[in-house]
Amino acid sequence: MRSEAGTPRRATVTALRPALSPEPSREQPVTLEVLANQRITGRASARDVRHLELALPEGRLRYEPGDSLGIWPENRAATVAQIALLLGARLELPVTFGSRERPLVDWLTRERELTRLTRPFIEQHAARAGSGELAARAADPAALRQLLRGCQLVDLLREYPACWAPEELVAALRPLAPRLYSIASSRRTVGEEAHLTVAVLESVHGGERRYGAASAYLAEHSGEDGRPVRAFLESNPRFRLPADLARDIIMIGPGTGIAPFRGFLQERVAAGASGRQWLFFGARHFDSEFLYQTEWLEALKRGELTRLDVAFSRDQAQKVYVQQRLTERGRDIYEWLENGAALYVCGDGERMAPDVHAALAAVIARHGGRNADAAEQYLRDLASAKRYLRDVY
Amino acid sequence: MSTEPPVSELSPVERLKADSRLLRGTLVESLADPVTGSLRECDAQLLKFHGSYQQDDRDIREERRQQKLEPAWRFMVRTRLPGGVLSARQWLALDNIAERYANGTLRITTRQTIQLHGIVKRELKSTIAALNAELIDTIAACGDVNRNVIAPANPAESRAHGEVLDWTKRLAEHLLPRSRAYHEIWLDGARVAGTPEVEPLYGPTYLPRKFKAAFAIPPVNDVDVFAHDLGFIAIVDGEHLAGFNLTAGGGQGATHGESATYPRLASVIGFLPPERLLEVGTAVMTLQRDYGDRSNRKHARLKYTIDDRGLEWFRTELYSRLAAPLAPPRPFHFVTNGDRYGWTLGYDGRFHLALRIPGGRVRDSDSAQLRTGLREIAAVHDGSFRLTTNQNLVISEIALEQRPRIEALIHKHGLDLYARTPPVARDALACVALPTCPLAMAEAERYLPAFTERVHALLHPLGLAGEPLSLRITGCPNGCARPYLAEIALIGKAPGRYNLQLGGDARGERLNVLHLENVAESAILAELDQLFAAWAAERTLAERFGDFLWRTGRVRRERANS
Repeated sequence: MRSEAGTPRRATVTALRPALSPEPSREQPVTLEVLANQRITGRASARDVRHLELALPEGRLRYEPGDSLGIWPENRAATVAQIALLLGARLELPVTFGSRERPLVDWLTRERELTRLTRPFIEQHAARAGSGELAARAADPAALRQLLRGCQLVDLLREYPACWAPEELVAALRPLAPRLYSIASSRRTVGEEAHLTVAVLESVHGGERRYGAASAYLAEHSGEDGRPVRAFLESNPRFRLPADLARDIIMIGPGTGIAPFRGFLQERVAAGASGRQWLFFGARHFDSEFLYQTEWLEALKRGELTRLDVAFSRDQAQKVYVQQRLTERGRDIYEWLENGAALYVCGDGERMAPDVHAALAAVIARHGGRNADAAEQYLRDLASAKRYLRDVY
Repeated sequence: MSTEPPVSELSPVERLKADSRLLRGTLVESLADPVTGSLRECDAQLLKFHGSYQQDDRDIREERRQQKLEPAWRFMVRTRLPGGVLSARQWLALDNIAERYANGTLRITTRQTIQLHGIVKRELKSTIAALNAELIDTIAACGDVNRNVIAPANPAESRAHGEVLDWTKRLAEHLLPRSRAYHEIWLDGARVAGTPEVEPLYGPTYLPRKFKAAFAIPPVNDVDVFAHDLGFIAIVDGEHLAGFNLTAGGGQGATHGESATYPRLASVIGFLPPERLLEVGTAVMTLQRDYGDRSNRKHARLKYTIDDRGLEWFRTELYSRLAAPLAPPRPFHFVTNGDRYGWTLGYDGRFHLALRIPGGRVRDSDSAQLRTGLREIAAVHDGSFRLTTNQNLVISEIALEQRPRIEALIHKHGLDLYARTPPVARDALACVALPTCPLAMAEAERYLPAFTERVHALLHPLGLAGEPLSLRITGCPNGCARPYLAEIALIGKAPGRYNLQLGGDARGERLNVLHLENVAESAILAELDQLFAAWAAERTLAERFGDFLWRTGRVRRERANS
């Protein structure tokens, strides 16, 4: 998974680039049929992670491993209905914004962000609600962060009643943005399909479940109901497999950061790569959150995956993360790097990626006999040689 | 020996044992592998010798396959408890270990031990170490070795009980494997450098198959002594243990559709004085070590060795290994293979209380807080806990003044199931089966309550609800609940389908026979309903169901070998 709603840092994700013609674009997406939607976390897991298989129209969306799929979500009907109720407006009410007039339900379902709040909106809402308390929260960075993370539009409308004409609300809300998901497959292996690994974002606010816009939208596609998904290709040329099939690769992808590496491995196997593959994965629980476990075990058995190191943080008293595994395997990692291996990191950019970076730098310092600056320079050199590539969010 | 198969014909497990360096294999590496909750296949085999089976939760096997997760691998750990005796402190420890590492239940087995289920690989070593810290080991609780040695459970039944229990423990110790592998792998024991390690009794390939030993004291045959490879029937002369009748070649297991496999009652061989027990027990076991079939594991128990070569050959070979022949067997008489429930007064003035544990599963339910109640009893009890081979429990050695305290806890937690349960449910046995046992083809333990209730509902209108009736269910034909001795047995064939076996006796001396093959519950109940009606109408005074079926020709034996 690449990006899903919630935190302000999401806004800093690189702007979506227009796709090349004749590919479907952000503005003109293609509709994809959902072939499969399978939960891949065990029943003991509190996390609902889905494996989705989408059918690609013949010859279109010709993705490469490392690319992402942009998904245009639709907001949940229940959420839309709640908001209309709080506005005191009918769903069918025609609402004009700019030059376009459409029913309120359409604006709220397909055109406006309902799951991600922004600071300007909160400030406007505080003014309308006459709430000094909300205004104060918006002004305090810590309180604001908490608000942006845990609170959706419907919560704000309910907890700080204010008068919004439907037109005003539609004007004040941000346009709905697509969500990007790393593709978890290789066309050489799966044919005209794209697979995604989607963590369904769930939180509880005021006793009610709140969902991320796109992940909940995707999770509700059964694969049998025939509802298509609007999608487009988001190329990611900065996260590519080495052209040299003999080069070793080290993949570090805890959580849904594992997604592109499933595609990488499929691609390398299909291409007959002679280089070795080493995967680091981490999650909270071995038993229920080891994403694609059977596929990795099978790949290990067949020798397609050379090494697999895992860290499960909540299975013992002491929390263990992938970066500890990197440290433990430092000697071999350094040897692989010296041997020309390319390093890939995918997943959480807030904590995981910096921690992994620090662990890698320490490994290079220790096993390469370098000081801290030289180790950082080593990683910079790897990056400029396209051998330290990150896809973090 | 000319009869030994050439090396190439040995079953794969034989090669595995031979290559295992006395049961070490690569268990340490398998246990440390973090990417799977299972062991390598060869290590999963060797693990049995250490008292544990690799299993998975079969209820969610298909769900996890779809989730791209490996099966929910779990480990069953079986303790070794000769004679089934635990101190109250050990009971508490087991209860804690079950909570900490297993699924929060204790399972009393038909071979008088405790199984813990649901342990994950990364905690297996801690579990076994925790057991050993309470002086409970698991060595040779499974595998091709002499398994847990069982003995009569209730000390009040006989004055010779203590002596027999003592011999039980001595035989168990004598036949233990000597490999240090167990201590090295589970208890961080040091490797003894230099000294070449040997298995003096077993040799490097151990036995061809499991080997089970049992002691019985007539007139009670609670252990079903004829169901075991090696048996000793105590001959008590007044209050004095005169010796034992040796029995050999019993076994329950069979395989569906393979007529060359069958249950067999042990043969009575001869009489020996107590002091010859270890000599004779060792000779029977080493005979089987040398002559048992190592090419076909379904044909590897002592019963086949004896039947293939004849009882006279067995006797001759056995005596060639003994200092002197055995005397002719002494007369003995069994009257029951069930447990005597409730309070009994021992010869030493202390009390014993035998409790019904349905399916052997110690857990709290709506009708009985078995686990909580037994834990609270263990906390105040200074005697012992004794497991019965009928999956029940005897709270043993209760002083008169302690009795009210125990009775209050029994009452408080509803532990008096034996008094509240109709006989057919009270005496029924079931193996574990689904969801943990990999061999199960059908439900057993989980099905037992519903099935016995339905049978009771048939008996009740016929006025037979108070009649004792032995009923046993197993999920497969391997016979863990000794089903082939029951008056009524269900033996699993497929989900919801069983072979109905009828005609065992109440003494563990007669095998039942196949009556209906591969039938569902409705057909089983319809057939039983008819037979019960005939039993009610035609039975002689106090005639048991199994005896009635034979007398009236409703079951008959078609095969000669049993």
